[in-house]
Amino acid sequence: MDTVIKVENLTKRFGDFTAVDNISFEVKRGEIFGFLGANGAGKTTAMRMLCGLSIPTEGKGTVAGYDIFRQPELVKKSIGYMSQKFSLYEDLKVWENLELFGGIYGMSDKDIKIKTDELMVRLNFEEERDHLVKSLPLGFKQKLAFSVSIFHHPQVVFLDEPTGGVDPITRRRFWEMIYDATASGITVFVTTHYMDEAEYCDRVSIMVDGRIEALDSPSNLKKTYIAKNMDEVFQQLARKSTRKAD
Amino acid sequence: MIKYLLKKEFKQIIRNQFLPIVIFIFPLLVLLVFPWAASYEIRNLNLSVIDNDHSSYSRRLTQTIISSNYFRLTDQSASYNQALKSIEKNKADIILEIPKNFEKSIINREGTKVMISANAVNGMKGGIGMTYLSSIIGDFNLTIISELYPELAKSNSSVIQIDSQYRFNKHLNYQVFMVPALMVMILTLLCGFLPAVSIVFEKEIGTMEQINVSPVPKITFILAKLIPFWLIGFIAITIGFTVAWLDYGLIPVGHFYIIYTFAAIYIFAISGMGIVISNYAQTLQQAVFIVFFFMMLFIMLSGLYTPVDSMPNWAQWIAAFNPLKHLMIVMRSIYLKGSNFTQLGRELAALLGFAVFFNGLAVLSYRKNN
Repeated sequence: MDTVIKVENLTKRFGDFTAVDNISFEVKRGEIFGFLGANGAGKTTAMRMLCGLSIPTEGKGTVAGYDIFRQPELVKKSIGYMSQKFSLYEDLKVWENLELFGGIYGMSDKDIKIKTDELMVRLNFEEERDHLVKSLPLGFKQKLAFSVSIFHHPQVVFLDEPTGGVDPITRRRFWEMIYDATASGITVFVTTHYMDEAEYCDRVSIMVDGRIEALDSPSNLKKTYIAKNMDEVFQQLARKSTRKAD
Repeated sequence: MIKYLLKKEFKQIIRNQFLPIVIFIFPLLVLLVFPWAASYEIRNLNLSVIDNDHSSYSRRLTQTIISSNYFRLTDQSASYNQALKSIEKNKADIILEIPKNFEKSIINREGTKVMISANAVNGMKGGIGMTYLSSIIGDFNLTIISELYPELAKSNSSVIQIDSQYRFNKHLNYQVFMVPALMVMILTLLCGFLPAVSIVFEKEIGTMEQINVSPVPKITFILAKLIPFWLIGFIAITIGFTVAWLDYGLIPVGHFYIIYTFAAIYIFAISGMGIVISNYAQTLQQAVFIVFFFMMLFIMLSGLYTPVDSMPNWAQWIAAFNPLKHLMIVMRSIYLKGSNFTQLGRELAALLGFAVFFNGLAVLSYRKNN
């Protein structure tokens, strides 16, 4: 298996504050990589650096074979990103959002049309196709945002707390969609607060105060920390935090 | 790629409940209401008369003044102090004091004096009132001279006669002067303000981040934001031409294509400025305050109301860096004088400079990462 994300000693400082402190890790192609941490641990900052939204202060990193310092725009071509805050265009229709983002990533009109039709059937969205996004319920919106982020079939997709605020059934459906994405060869990099979701990941890293304190598969982590579930693992590690959550 | 972004922008503008109305109503409102209401012409000045003579000549003078339609007699006072009180109470703007023995002195060829004193809190109003009143009294003076001493009037007629002619705005019509300048205001507000708001709004709702994490080149994104507003600018100015023609019978002496060319450059410049502001503002509130600040400054120093040439030197220097000022000169010159590109070469160069500067800065200051 080849490496899709490779990070060495990555650091981000805002003035005196070190948001991300010297982290290193690798993510293999086709993996679901869980990125865990309490609020304010530095997850989102780390993810934004990998996506080319934030310039690292120090360290090295490549995503999809491109350097995040020198080739951020090439990185952007090869990734998908779903932000914590819902950020599709609410005043555009469902298909118009797909067309817009498909077009931005250089898909042809024909491709966009075929994939839109296919997606609408798969998500059972055919009725909502012509609805404005703002009229959809939250669960629908999240699924649509995820579908948009992988619409152009990126090498890696970054999901920043994708299931925040949605019901358990939708969450389950959402994870099925994530598995479908990995089956088609997309690597998934996901942050979450739900420890049951951590169990679905192939490997998990836990960030405390800007540093990665643990990184392994959920079953190994449970063994190492002699814990029944991921929640206990997380509690043991996160308790060490000295940083105030925001 | 820009095709998809443009589609998005146009759909968003059309679906916006507010914007299409603004684009059509704003130019209409500005051009239909403003030139009628805000006028330089001073009318309805309140006159307080202190008539110490109570003679037929003093009454005739008062009557002449009132029949000019610039003044209305709102107060008659027994003394100057009492008249001043009326001014304090805002009952009068200007005082005319006619002395005792006014009529007697005229008939005895002794010559007499009247006193005018104006409330100059609003300096312009006071000054113009003073001028009007002096010239009415001057006319009255000539009339009685020719009535009482025809032989004197003849010998006294001036050697040099002044024959005034007002060029380009024959009747000194205020609207003719204002309408072309108001078109500049419309362009500024629509094309400078709206793109800035539209970008900052995307920042606030988070879609900007979704764009920044995509491979859209900076220039493409900015162009997609600007192009719809160029079109909006052209629609607005065309509405402006129509209103100017229908309501004021105003048709440019010069060519439309020259106006459109200048408008295109100007819209490019001013919308670039809007984008620069949006790049530095994080919230809508910030953007609105910054735009407001610049708009105030630009409008004050544009020559819309007060001529730039009569401003102090330092203000003229600031005005030289004000795109509004240049387009106002252009619009008035083309509309009233029919100027061409050669005559407006300086303004053309200045506006092109602004366009390049603001849009260059817009691309440079737009950061896809931080």
